[in-house]
Amino acid sequence: MKDQPYLDTSPKVSDEIRKTTCYMCACRCGINVHLKDGEVAYIEGNRDHPVNQGVLCAKGSAGIMQVNAPSRLQAPLKRVGPRGSGEFEEISWEEALSLAESWLKPIRNENPEKLAFFTGRDQSQSFTSFWAQNYGTPNYAAHGGFCSVNMAAAGIYTMGGAFWEFGQPDWDHTKLLMIFGVAEDHDSNPIKMGIGKIKERGARIIGINPIRTGYNAVADEWVGITPGTDGLFILALVYEVLKAGKIDLHYLAEYTNAPVLIDAETGLLMRDAEGKLLVIDRKQCAPAPFDKCGIKPDLNGTLEKNGKIHHTVFHAIVERYLSHEYAPDAVAERIGVSAGRIRAIAAEIVRVAFEESFDIDQEWTDFRGVVHSKMTARPVSMHAMRGISAHSNGFQTCRALHVLQILLGTVEVPGGFRFKPPYPKPADIHPKPHCKVTPGAPLDGPHLGFVHGPDDLALKEDGSPARIDKAFTWENPMSAHGLMHMVISNAYAGDPYKIDTLFMYMANMSWNSSMNTKGVIHMLTDKDEIGQYVIPRIIYSDAYSSEMVAYADLILPDTTYLERHDCISLLDRPICEADAVADAIRWPVIKPDRNVRGFQSVLCDLGARLNLPGFVNEDGSQKYADYGDYIVNHIRKPGIGPLAGFRGDGTASGRGEVNPEQLDRYIENGGFFVEHVPDDARYYKPWNAGYQDWAVAMGLYDSAQPYLFSLYVEPMRKFQLAAEGYGDRQPPDHLRAQIIETLDPLPIWYPPFEECAVDTEAFPLHALTQRPMAMYHSWGTQNAWLRQIHGLNPLYLPSKQMLAHGFKDGDWAKVTSAHGDIVVPVAEMAALNENTVWTWNAIGKRKGAWALDENAPEATKGFLLNHLIHELQPPKGDGLRWVNSDPVTGQAAWFDLRVRIEKVKLPHESQPNFETLKSPVGQGPSELKWKVGS
Amino acid sequence: MHPAPSVIIFTSLSGIGFGLLFFLGLGLPAPTAWAAFVFFVIAYLLAVGGLLASTFHLGHPERFLKAFSQWRSSWLSREAWLSIAALITMAIYGAGLVFYGVAIAPLGWIGALLSIATIYATSMIYAQLKTVPRWNTPLTSLLFVVVALAGGALLSANINAAMMFLLATGVIQVAYWIGGDQALRKSGTTLGTATGLGKDGEVRAFEPPHTGTNYLLREFVHVVGRKHAAKLRIISLILMIGTPILALSLTFNHVTASIAVITHVAGVFVSRWLFFAQAEHVVGLYYGKR
Amino acid sequence: MTELPAQTNRKLGLVIDLDTCVGCHACVVSCKGWNTENYGAPLSDQSAYGANPSGTFLNRVHSYEIAPETGGVAQLIHFPKSCLHCEDAPCVTVCPTGASYKRLEDGIVLVNESDCIGCGLCAWACPYGAREMDTAEGVMKKCTLCVDRIYNENLPEEDRVPACVRTCPAGARHFGDFADPDSNVSQLSAERGGFDLMPEQCTKPVNKYLPPRPKDTMDEVDILAPLLAPVAQEPKGFMSWLDKTLENL
Repeated sequence: MKDQPYLDTSPKVSDEIRKTTCYMCACRCGINVHLKDGEVAYIEGNRDHPVNQGVLCAKGSAGIMQVNAPSRLQAPLKRVGPRGSGEFEEISWEEALSLAESWLKPIRNENPEKLAFFTGRDQSQSFTSFWAQNYGTPNYAAHGGFCSVNMAAAGIYTMGGAFWEFGQPDWDHTKLLMIFGVAEDHDSNPIKMGIGKIKERGARIIGINPIRTGYNAVADEWVGITPGTDGLFILALVYEVLKAGKIDLHYLAEYTNAPVLIDAETGLLMRDAEGKLLVIDRKQCAPAPFDKCGIKPDLNGTLEKNGKIHHTVFHAIVERYLSHEYAPDAVAERIGVSAGRIRAIAAEIVRVAFEESFDIDQEWTDFRGVVHSKMTARPVSMHAMRGISAHSNGFQTCRALHVLQILLGTVEVPGGFRFKPPYPKPADIHPKPHCKVTPGAPLDGPHLGFVHGPDDLALKEDGSPARIDKAFTWENPMSAHGLMHMVISNAYAGDPYKIDTLFMYMANMSWNSSMNTKGVIHMLTDKDEIGQYVIPRIIYSDAYSSEMVAYADLILPDTTYLERHDCISLLDRPICEADAVADAIRWPVIKPDRNVRGFQSVLCDLGARLNLPGFVNEDGSQKYADYGDYIVNHIRKPGIGPLAGFRGDGTASGRGEVNPEQLDRYIENGGFFVEHVPDDARYYKPWNAGYQDWAVAMGLYDSAQPYLFSLYVEPMRKFQLAAEGYGDRQPPDHLRAQIIETLDPLPIWYPPFEECAVDTEAFPLHALTQRPMAMYHSWGTQNAWLRQIHGLNPLYLPSKQMLAHGFKDGDWAKVTSAHGDIVVPVAEMAALNENTVWTWNAIGKRKGAWALDENAPEATKGFLLNHLIHELQPPKGDGLRWVNSDPVTGQAAWFDLRVRIEKVKLPHESQPNFETLKSPVGQGPSELKWKVGS
Repeated sequence: MHPAPSVIIFTSLSGIGFGLLFFLGLGLPAPTAWAAFVFFVIAYLLAVGGLLASTFHLGHPERFLKAFSQWRSSWLSREAWLSIAALITMAIYGAGLVFYGVAIAPLGWIGALLSIATIYATSMIYAQLKTVPRWNTPLTSLLFVVVALAGGALLSANINAAMMFLLATGVIQVAYWIGGDQALRKSGTTLGTATGLGKDGEVRAFEPPHTGTNYLLREFVHVVGRKHAAKLRIISLILMIGTPILALSLTFNHVTASIAVITHVAGVFVSRWLFFAQAEHVVGLYYGKR
Repeated sequence: MTELPAQTNRKLGLVIDLDTCVGCHACVVSCKGWNTENYGAPLSDQSAYGANPSGTFLNRVHSYEIAPETGGVAQLIHFPKSCLHCEDAPCVTVCPTGASYKRLEDGIVLVNESDCIGCGLCAWACPYGAREMDTAEGVMKKCTLCVDRIYNENLPEEDRVPACVRTCPAGARHFGDFADPDSNVSQLSAERGGFDLMPEQCTKPVNKYLPPRPKDTMDEVDILAPLLAPVAQEPKGFMSWLDKTLENL
């Protein structure tokens, strides 16, 4: 045997590590970018970072293939062929910006609402909305309307925060985690890390999801529920825990509006003369404001007034949910889970919540001034995501889930669900929507917000919608994130009005980000009688050659995430943890090798050209040289800027003067800032005086904001009242019944709209999509490494359906909905609800996009389910355009989809098939042997 | 397994070549001068040509000398040594015949032995692999050796021996196929043992790790339809054994001999194609392929 | 060289927890990234943006469904697979050039690329599909257990683990020395019943897999039923229970 070969086991890893924030999905992990000779050599997770603590997902590690992707746009483009052809000419930035200015300036001076500015997977919404507000258009939103606004809004209205950016399970203490409709995309690394912790402790996970992949695969119990029935399942659990009296009475009385009295006449909550919510104090047997020191709010208090007996919210809850319509036996068949299993799960929840409870010895003081010596655990945590959100009954379902959490007393206690600063934040201190348009001037306030009754709706004086997406109207009054999915459809229909310019950022609306893709393509390319495009002008900014590029008239090429400044701001969608406030930056760790500019920097320039207040100095010169300049120097409120860390002289957190060195300090600190919540402030945040004071000092609140959780959401009752005929602002008659039925201030369940609108025997199956962990919407496909993992997407059929239709893996099926049909490959999955089919989201690609070969499997075998989903409900014969959205929030109801399948002969390619787009960037190389450095 | 033409050509031709060298080494026949030259040229063309063909599937053929280093453990390395030893020995023996008309009998015997050993070493490259249960049997070596001897006997015009080895080939080939069809099952390796999950229930491959292909699928997963395989087996038997026997039993002349040799070689190619194409590598189980 | 050492000083390897792996492919891509830039030739990709994309990866995640014999719902198991660094590594002994070897000091199985002729026989001998020939370079690639990380003095000590282990978000991968009975991996494997893949192949894999824990055990007939004993059947009765309970609080 000869000697082993010599091996250098300590090779040099890189010349330099630059720490920034990932953008391979919306998770925003910290990354270490290793550079050799100035080029990206390797990307790994940043161990110090609060979000990912060193770990990194497949997408994050594949970032090197994204910043080198051949699909990157190279220079500004001006359309020269017809829309949709993909024929462009490269132009200079000066020409591009002058052109944009020449389009946008006249609109602003005449009627700013003619600009619709919508951003997709934007992580700079506090900036882009600031720009739009200064421009003066009411038509701004990001993608929340088709993402998870039901979840966000239900959480805010109910308890002042929701999941993901708003809160997280208490990973270190929880003993039972329930996940509802959680696919693998959102908050991906923290959830995986949390699951790892739970598994390590031997704690348990119950997964409620029609599809058993990812987290549901590792769940100890899998509940393969029928899509759209989660609300009913949750209310059955509510029924069981209520009936057994296994609820946290102390918690309900002290921290929620359960003891608040409801005016028997109006259904509104009763208040004292100062407007404070009224409860009955058990000690005095008399009404008292909820926050009065020393009171014992009575859950069963009554008040006789004006000849009527007024009961508590809790009374209404008992009346509602002890009804046998919610009994497991009554709902079992509909939700596809046996009554015995529902009871077993309910029993397990109450066992863990109450019998595995424990105390943490930590003194804290509540908002009434009472000092508590300990913090008591209710170690059942819940997390939910799009699976319950993207239904037309999603808002009420999410509400039901929060009501269950609150009845068990598992929110903001050890082992339960915890908020992440700047949440909790009661709904009424959020901004309200603003829509007052003045030519040549800014909008009267922020576009988006939380309405508290009909007065807050975004309606014009004639009662018509003020916004192009009809957000905050009677169709969907509480649409806190807008309805991006309706913008093109409404603009095309001229309903509520026509627009001139559609300006979009990072939104693949002509493909996977739209319902009714084919229809949207038509709307974007259709011309009116005089030969002009119905949507006259489209400006689009993207870093990559997506399907949307071909449909724009002017392309502003963005940089990749390693070539730009960004801030992950507390003003926006922050990255805080339950125990810490945190924000982060991106900075140009490499220089662009193309003629591209960060979109936000372009907006700084364009804002100055348009003379927008906020973007020009007093002398009219450009205020912010670029986005980095804005991040440091913008002041939103005195002492508050986009970044909370290293303010003033570099030591101030939260509030402080502008620090010109701030970005350098962030870079030195690994690209982020973190400050921990004090020990006595870690739990009970909405009611914890210690937390409230800390939050004020950090600039999260202007003043302490203790509040009660809203089991009963009063603003919803206000909309019902209007629909019943009370008040000045009245809904159109055709919407009255819908409002009364669906805006119930206590959670209800009703069947998804599509189920009622179509013949369910003709369309017996539910069809869902979910995003794989290794891909982020359409981006992953341009990535040479990731597309090998998910290069096509079969439609997964449950074994029963495979058998019934005589399918084998690799056969093809025609899938038909009320709206259209597609022809796609199928594959079997056993761990799947037996009446559900599903596929991976956004794998299917248009030929010619993303710098791929036109015979790429993504284009020949991949497909989108989007073709089967319409933005409108099937016509009801009343001539009205009923949106396929949640009637409360306007959330796109794309999980309501019903289909039927039939076996077809092997087609040449998946259908529908579109013409090949002309690629503005050519096609990528055939072979990669990536290695940088010498 | 992927039926790579280079490997099929290599094993078939070099087998026949070394088979011929075996008979030449035994002095059956022991031609001299030009006749010897022709025999040896044919034998070397086949044996060396086959060896050269085998280098086509190498990633770095220029490093082939390194393959001589591991004769202690590697059958491939042993094959390299043995083939070189056989070729050199037989070259000296052949030179004696061609140039001096002298048969150095002991050298011939050693060369014959080395030729057979080379064929055996080649066969052991496959037969040693537990990962391919169909190959992991002494029948593999037996088959390689008798096929080589049959071919060698045919080419060296040892009619009786050819008849005998052809018949033996038929018997062993059929036995190999019958045994082979059971081999994967009998090996005890299943998706259950491959994943260790078999004790919990029936395991079924769901999503593969990649939607496209890769080296493993290209190299190890090759599915031949059962009917197609049966047809090819019959064709192979007819060509490799039936036709030569028929041709030889009619009358022996250049025409019938040529027919016998050509069809035999064609039949060997078919047999070898099946040898690879039908061989199931256990790694296919991970992909839910047989 | 291609003779296996009778014994190695250490037995470095991985424990992979099938109960915890969520199938995210983080380990797959982290491995691809590190090993493209480091040890030996880059892991190449062919038809990278084309019709038939295919590349070299040293670690891949399969997924399997198990239909329980007792009936009940099917389970889905994510199954990462890379070189198991077998004690009786058949890939090493078949190698004609000595390019494949098992390190004496830690048992890591490596390919010395400058000696590899790319014959593919080692991949044939491996039952696990752990070796992939790189199309561009024509040499055999395999998991190195990040031999250029685990001893790398240019890395902080905590980072001296394989890239796949460092990146795994769920903590389903563990790295350590199986020769040491007190090591994290030996302990985990002992506690959780770590098992070998294809034991009948007699390769004696060093890497161990932890089985999924029993799932879907919440029965309909539940011993927890008393927990749900009703305090009342109707709202009215419930409110009087409530009053009594509040009285006692």
